[in-house]
Amino acid sequence: MLKINRISKTFNPGTINAKKALDQLSLHVRRGDFISIIGANGAGKSTLFNAIGGSFFTDEGTIELDGQDITLMQEHKRARMIGRLFQDPMLGTAPDISIMENMALAAGKGGWLSILSGREKKEFRDRVAVLGMGLEERMSQPVGLLSGGQRQALTLLMATYHPPKLLLLDEHTAALDPATAEKVLKITRDVIGENQLTCLMITHNMQNALDLGNRTLMMNQGKIIYDVCGEERSGLTVKDLLDKFKTRVGEELDNDRMLLSD
Amino acid sequence: MSMILPLIQTALELGLTGGLTVLALFLSYSMLNVCDLSTDGCFTLGAAVGAVVALSGHPWLSILAAMGAGVLSGFITAFIQTKMGVDSLLAGIIVNTGLYSINIAIMSGSSILNMNKTDTVFTIVKDLVRESFLKDQYKLIVIVIAVALVCVFLILFLKTRLGLAVRATGNNPAMVKSSSINPVFTTIIGLCVANAFTGLSGCLMAQAQKSVDINIGTGMVTIALASLLIGRTFFGKRKIPVQIVGAVIGAFIFRLVYTIALRLNMPAYMLKLVSSVIVVLAIFLPYIRSRMPMLKRRMGIRSASGKGGAKSC
Repeated sequence: MLKINRISKTFNPGTINAKKALDQLSLHVRRGDFISIIGANGAGKSTLFNAIGGSFFTDEGTIELDGQDITLMQEHKRARMIGRLFQDPMLGTAPDISIMENMALAAGKGGWLSILSGREKKEFRDRVAVLGMGLEERMSQPVGLLSGGQRQALTLLMATYHPPKLLLLDEHTAALDPATAEKVLKITRDVIGENQLTCLMITHNMQNALDLGNRTLMMNQGKIIYDVCGEERSGLTVKDLLDKFKTRVGEELDNDRMLLSD
Repeated sequence: MSMILPLIQTALELGLTGGLTVLALFLSYSMLNVCDLSTDGCFTLGAAVGAVVALSGHPWLSILAAMGAGVLSGFITAFIQTKMGVDSLLAGIIVNTGLYSINIAIMSGSSILNMNKTDTVFTIVKDLVRESFLKDQYKLIVIVIAVALVCVFLILFLKTRLGLAVRATGNNPAMVKSSSINPVFTTIIGLCVANAFTGLSGCLMAQAQKSVDINIGTGMVTIALASLLIGRTFFGKRKIPVQIVGAVIGAFIFRLVYTIALRLNMPAYMLKLVSSVIVVLAIFLPYIRSRMPMLKRRMGIRSASGKGGAKSC
């Protein structure tokens, strides 16, 4: 499904600030995988997502999605196949434009000069109603009036309007309060389950990393240092994960946002 | 009364003609969030191209030619800023400077063109309404029709998927990319359409006053911004059609105040200073209002500590 073959990325190459954010990283993801990714600050987790999503091109290596080489494909073209959510709920929606119009852009139906039809409006309203946040009554309001959690839920809906081949979640609940985060996480699980999406999720919540999905990756210094799935994973505890990190890296896992448990 | 009506008519004519440029900036500045500093040069370009085509005997074609020239100018500005890595403000200034030479070249090396005996859209309409009660309002007829058409076009355009994408580009380019739309494309489209209106504006301004000189567009961007911001103060952030009509009314209010000031013996050369001050005030006032609570608090603390109000532990 997703085949990443020895990709590297160095920021500020040739300067004193040079940082190798991805180091010969390889990863094979199977269709329907739901992979959680954990790691210290600056381990390269978000850089990996940016490389897959096309925010920049890698220095070397190849990325293949569903048999297609996307290594040098432009970001907006990849977006047809890859849905992304970021930690900042403001990134995924346009604030001055109504919920309806944001949905229309995400749906991308019709020609450039087409205007929303009544049928489409009804469809968007029905989709938004699924979130159970009452947003279907506020379709003509600008998205800027919504709370962070509502915006993130809406972004999730927009990113999965056409089920993407791959969904990248970059700590998408980290900026939300615990109750809202739980709600958005539930919607995430539902959307992924319904559409059988292949998904990579960065999380700072170690318990979530083990509870959600079928495979967990641990990253450090631009490399995957631990990759676990199946039976071995089902027996793991948060403490085991921390121990793994310590034995492999030689120091304590240090992440200033880290949650060791619920 | 006999004093006021001609005054309003002049303000309407000039305000609405410049109002087309205001609508152009509404698209580029308010929607696309690009401050297009090539506006002055593009306005003159429209005037020059329109005049040359009209002088060659094609009054209707002159309108299309001026708009086409505007599209081209907008495309170049957009191309330089999206594909050549030049900052958007700088791209506008560069194109503006380059257009100065181009405009003189279009006017065959002269910095002034006279259309006193030339057929223009205005003279055509003047002949049409010669016998009717509107015979003195022929300029207004042309301009009102042009402004109405552009307004309707803009309202419809901003409702289309492309128009939405242009609005979203000014709002959140990252979101546009994740909707599989290239923000480079929407920026180019937005600036092309906006500059078509600027070109049209210049063309009509020149034909209305029956002459072009190379400085006809100087300061237009500031005047249009002033009008746009006046409109925004009165109509605020409401629905798009209201904002668009607000921009046109802003252009009229600006010209009305200016025309009245002229009657009160303000020298004509003050126009540009007045428009500069208005732009600064229109941006400064909302800014200072948002900072007011903080400033008040700071003043409060200062006066409290002056009285020894702050206790140490």
